[in-house]
Amino acid sequence: MTTFLLLTITGAGLAGLYFLVASGLSLIYGLMDVLNFAHAAFLTIGAYASWLVASKLSGSLPVLLVFLLGLVAGLVVGTLAAVLMETALVRRLYGDHVAQVLLTVGLLLAVTALTRAVFGSDPEHIVVPAWMNDVTHVAGAAVPNSRFVVIGCALAVYVVLMYFLRATRYGLVIRAGVENRDMVSALGVNVGRAFTLVFAIGGALASLAGILTGTFFGTITPEQGTSLLIFAFIVVIIGGLGSIKGSALAALAVGLLQQYANYYATGGMGDLIVVALLAGVLLVRPQGLLGRVTA
Amino acid sequence: MTTPAHRDGPGTGALAAGSGTALAGHRPLLEVAGLNALIGESHILHDVSFAVRPGEITALLGRNGAGKTTTLRGILGLVERSGHVEFAGRDISTAPTHDIVRAGIGYVPENRDVFAGLTVAENLRLAERDGSEHRYDLVYDLFPRLKERRSQRAGTMSGGEQQMLALGRALLNSANSLLLVDEPSQGLAPNLVREVALALEQMAQLATTLVVEQNLAVIRRMAQQVVVLDQGRVVHAGPSAELFEDEALTQELLGVAHGGGKSS
Repeated sequence: MTTFLLLTITGAGLAGLYFLVASGLSLIYGLMDVLNFAHAAFLTIGAYASWLVASKLSGSLPVLLVFLLGLVAGLVVGTLAAVLMETALVRRLYGDHVAQVLLTVGLLLAVTALTRAVFGSDPEHIVVPAWMNDVTHVAGAAVPNSRFVVIGCALAVYVVLMYFLRATRYGLVIRAGVENRDMVSALGVNVGRAFTLVFAIGGALASLAGILTGTFFGTITPEQGTSLLIFAFIVVIIGGLGSIKGSALAALAVGLLQQYANYYATGGMGDLIVVALLAGVLLVRPQGLLGRVTA
Repeated sequence: MTTPAHRDGPGTGALAAGSGTALAGHRPLLEVAGLNALIGESHILHDVSFAVRPGEITALLGRNGAGKTTTLRGILGLVERSGHVEFAGRDISTAPTHDIVRAGIGYVPENRDVFAGLTVAENLRLAERDGSEHRYDLVYDLFPRLKERRSQRAGTMSGGEQQMLALGRALLNSANSLLLVDEPSQGLAPNLVREVALALEQMAQLATTLVVEQNLAVIRRMAQQVVVLDQGRVVHAGPSAELFEDEALTQELLGVAHGGGKSS
């Protein structure tokens, strides 16, 4: 029971990371029809910006403040990178899927290689407050506190995103745009602004995921974005394109299944189970758990 | 001919209080000149030219695939197009869609295109602009069912109710002096066709209307002007009476017997 509880909390933490990456991906694809492979680059940029600022400030300020300043720096830099990418590059390629894939895959490879060239391939340690490395005993299970931080952040992001989408004018525009972008324009709404906003949100969430990955696994590497991106894509497809609730459900299913299968079956079985789940969902419900059938 | 002003129906009082463009003038409200449109590799419209005079209902007619819907989408910039489009004296040929709409054009698309996952109230809220709050009474007066179903998801409503929502959305903005309405009666039961046609006539008291419609009985009663398209070209334009009183011309242009049914 103790092991099961530990696996469940760890799986939920992993699900939180998947959700943070997948929700931005899902909104970007749902609204703008852009399959953004460079999403993982935002994760890397955010994580390294955070690490850079925190490591420069480390020792001169309290650790918690250093961590928070690094977090803010990572979020700002990741968000700006996303806005720059949308306004300078992606905007010219709407409707051209081949060019989008070439651009975003190219950007991902370039950012990963550039990060490796500048900072090296060795894992870098994120500065975190000591209590984050401690464990809390839950029904006998020793759970690292970083898991609770990731789960808490993911839950907070989910609540804020749902509020934003349901209660604000821009949220309404995004929900409508996911269904029918042309019709939103035909109601006099400048969809281009919503596109930039969604890219910015996606960039911020991916950056947050990058920083939290550092707290979850203890280190960051130039390649961590790419490995998370693969599972985020799986989560988006299982959850349904454009559905935040679907992404949350799918992230939870994928995170938990991976943990259970890797422990109770054999190591590596978790990835296989997730791919089998993806295949099953595509066969039974091609639009995803909460996706809508479109014409 | 029965004029809209003589008809009775829901919301007449509210409509009478609206602003509107009831008086026909000499200068066209909308001028389309040499409009060409492409969808993918297909050249759909070929030098389409016509004008819409203020205060009138102009019908865009033609057989299936003639380019009627593409003409409306071309005016709005929703398809790749070239040529000259002028609305209320302003060149909108290269303007983005949202600017064209904000200039005062309301659009009711083919198949309604309501946002299925959004409620009726949310669908209407998306169409809001400054001053729209005063138009809710007008919309709900004309379509009481929308008020009753404000909290219902649009995708769960019947086709007729969705059409009312699409019309209400276009009507919500008081700045709209031109309505582009695409196939409002498509797929509706006969009793709903009458209801929608009546609503359209009432809306036409508030805004000049360019309507695409296959139901010639509806058009014959409503429209003052007609423009007929064939294979992406204008083949006839003039008063509707001129077309519908000439059986041979109607048969030749629309492929139907005198004044009847739907064009093929």
